[in-house]
Amino acid sequence: MRREIPLAITFITSLIIIVSFFIPHAPFGTMQEISLKWYAIIAGFTMLLGVDSLIHMHSQKIKRKKSGWVYSVVLIVGFAVFVVAGTISGFRYGTAMDINSSFMYLYNYVIIPLQSTMFALLSFFIASAAYRAFRARNLDATLLLITAVIVMIGRVPIGNQIWHNFPAIAEWIMAIPQMAAKRGILIGISLGYIAVSLRIMLGIERSYLS
Amino acid sequence: MDRYRVVFLILMLFLSLSVYGDEKIAPNDIQETFSDTVLFSVKINPISNFKGEDIPNDAGQSIKLSWEVSDDKSVNFYKIFKSDSPDGPFNPIVQLTSKFRRYDDRDDIKDKKDYYYKIVVMDNKGGAIESDVYGPYRSYAQWFNKKRGIVLFLALLFGFFILYYMKKAKKDPNLFIRRISGLDALDDAVGRSTEMGKPIMYILGIGEITDLPTLAGLNILGDVAEKAFEYGSSIRVPCYDPVVMTTAQEVVKQSAYAVGRPDAFNKNDIMYITKDQFGYAAGCDGMMIREKPGAIFLQGTFYAESLILAETGHSVGAIQIAGTTTTHQLPFFVAACDYTLIGEEMLAASAYLSKDPDMVGTIKGEDAGKLIILLFILIMVLMGTLGHIFHISPIIKIFNAIVALFIQG
Amino acid sequence: MNIFERIEKIDRRIIFLLVAIAVLLPLIFKVRMEIPISEPVKKAFVSVDTLSSGTYILISVDYDPASMPELQPMYKTLLMQCFEKGLKPVMIVQWPLGLPLSIKAMSEMAVEYNRIASKEGKDTVVYGVDYCNIGYRPGGVAQIVGIGKEIRDYFESDYKGTPLDSLPMMKDIHNYDNFALLFCLEAGSMGEMYVQYANARFGIKIIFGMTAVSAPDAYPYLQSGQIIGLLGGLQGAAEYETLMKKPGFATMGMTAQSWVHVLIVLFILLGNIGYFIGRKKRRS
Repeated sequence: MRREIPLAITFITSLIIIVSFFIPHAPFGTMQEISLKWYAIIAGFTMLLGVDSLIHMHSQKIKRKKSGWVYSVVLIVGFAVFVVAGTISGFRYGTAMDINSSFMYLYNYVIIPLQSTMFALLSFFIASAAYRAFRARNLDATLLLITAVIVMIGRVPIGNQIWHNFPAIAEWIMAIPQMAAKRGILIGISLGYIAVSLRIMLGIERSYLS
Repeated sequence: MDRYRVVFLILMLFLSLSVYGDEKIAPNDIQETFSDTVLFSVKINPISNFKGEDIPNDAGQSIKLSWEVSDDKSVNFYKIFKSDSPDGPFNPIVQLTSKFRRYDDRDDIKDKKDYYYKIVVMDNKGGAIESDVYGPYRSYAQWFNKKRGIVLFLALLFGFFILYYMKKAKKDPNLFIRRISGLDALDDAVGRSTEMGKPIMYILGIGEITDLPTLAGLNILGDVAEKAFEYGSSIRVPCYDPVVMTTAQEVVKQSAYAVGRPDAFNKNDIMYITKDQFGYAAGCDGMMIREKPGAIFLQGTFYAESLILAETGHSVGAIQIAGTTTTHQLPFFVAACDYTLIGEEMLAASAYLSKDPDMVGTIKGEDAGKLIILLFILIMVLMGTLGHIFHISPIIKIFNAIVALFIQG
Repeated sequence: MNIFERIEKIDRRIIFLLVAIAVLLPLIFKVRMEIPISEPVKKAFVSVDTLSSGTYILISVDYDPASMPELQPMYKTLLMQCFEKGLKPVMIVQWPLGLPLSIKAMSEMAVEYNRIASKEGKDTVVYGVDYCNIGYRPGGVAQIVGIGKEIRDYFESDYKGTPLDSLPMMKDIHNYDNFALLFCLEAGSMGEMYVQYANARFGIKIIFGMTAVSAPDAYPYLQSGQIIGLLGGLQGAAEYETLMKKPGFATMGMTAQSWVHVLIVLFILLGNIGYFIGRKKRRS
């Protein structure tokens, strides 16, 4: 029964959503709207779940003095500072997002630099990955290399300076062969999703039940 | 500690509700009240071509109104009135600015009941001109959304193929699936890691349990964990989502039991990092650099952090097998990893590895669906190209009709 | 190790250092280059530019600080275009970390436009009358579909908590029908949801502004007409700034990006030279 009930719930819910997609008449059409609203409510609570798990995990780490527990203290202090700043700003300005609030100050001078820095790492990593990966080992790799060079140069202003047709060629590569390949992959992925969804619906795929 | 956690959570809940539940009124707010008292100038109907009809393909309780106005430059706004009798009383339902020419009335409409409408045009000088009464109009609920007919047809067609091949696979379990080198390399990767005496790292990406790539990743995790425990290696699974973490713990536990090594399972090896994208990437990178795994599996939903993870994995000398359906991250994995499962190869992994007839049947059904799409595309390309080159109008008409059928869905 | 072996296996730290120099120098010396305009960006620009004054446009801000360098210039230039044309932008946010960014840029551009407008004797823009930000609500797809019926089902108030009916510009706004187009600034997959639900079910026209990594994924939608314009990455932002005749951060950033691209191509060529010579030696 432990397995059968969740599988039955999955099957019945999937069927209801599929039927309501095609039949707008009540009660079927409204079922989709109601389930979408329920999903929106639950999505809000999952944010809370993430916060709870984080606090629980790091407080356990501090309590048991596991290796790296000092960083857990930093995390919890940072979390508390943002919560306090957001709460005070909310009461003072009506919203934490007011331009003059302490919350926005922390956001502008802590969150933005931290996230931007992590994303900026990509520029360095792509340089080393491209240098390592783009070797003309065979015909396929050579085609990849030539295409990559054309698009890399054509998509920046210097390409236009080198040859005025570079941007047009790069744009053609993006708009025609690249798009065609992406579309093919997307069609395959969509069919894959249909197959996996059917497997989940019919109870063949049960990994989500753990 | 648990008690304080519960109290803290409840406080957070009330705080978050109060943030969204505010009902402040802005200072200079003027409450709009409709008035039935209107000033009349000469009664010339300003509205022409008024149409009212049921909105198709919906659950009813809605009427679509549209109109034209003879002189729109002098119009300030429209007030629409509704009644269930041509003699009134008419109640106001909405006020619209002059740029509107249509309105979907969903305000307290009952199906199969007659409704009458009139529009009062308020001009720029404060005057009001009332239109004729239009109606009756009725609303109906439809039992089938015709715009989605083509979607239903395709869903049934693909469903039929999948079920057909599932049945066929039960009779003939040796249905052919081509080699997927990334999945064939699983054994080698785990073996290499075991020989080096290093742990295996399995990264499920930043998807949630509701994402299909995460489910596919969990399937592959089961197989990798089985092999790891069989060879006597250990596996680390840093997780982005707490629900995915609990599921991954169960999957790995089941794998340990399946190979008769329940002692090898350590719950702490499957841990929750953070639900922040780059925080998660930083946490995984830190683990890679400290523990230097021999094999790294990146299977799930990935976004911008994919290259950060893959490059760091390469720098520690691990063999990397990646797989994702996020197409824009595939080039990064192809460049930085040893093997990459592209899109549906990852979704087919559970069938490929388990060789379960039902699952293999769904893969074959998928392929049949792909073949139909391929043939359809070829036929349509030929029709469209030849029709337009040689100006064969029946072919062009059929081509356009089929395209319109897909657009409307 | 001879020179060709060294070229084949350059230490990644040298690559990182040279990339850093290639990025920094153009930004320090403010070097600018001419930006060629591509067709998808031109289509996007013209679609907005041909809207008449008073038209509403929905802007979905779906990115976080990580993607800010690419998408914030697009957002700011778009806002300036809206204010200059007298359009009414309504901001909506699907990423929680994007809300402060959308508010920040909105406030900055309003101040900037009002400064210019006051000098030129034009009308200034006022929050709630000419532009507004209805904030963030969780819900994703549910919300995208729900807004198609009635926006107040999910957004009863703006980001400050002011009820939508109290904002003069939002009185008659109920769903996608009241907007001429939807401009999505995307760092993730929300754009696909908008195409699948907002465009497919409700017919609203969509323009994408995406990070350079995600932009290639949008070409199938552009080709099929499901989106009417596309801005890809910092290049797209720079092109939009050029069309607006207001070169800014994106235009400057493209010079840095040009240098880095050339550097990467040089490294690739060097690596291949080293590889071929090394391979020849190994074979002999």
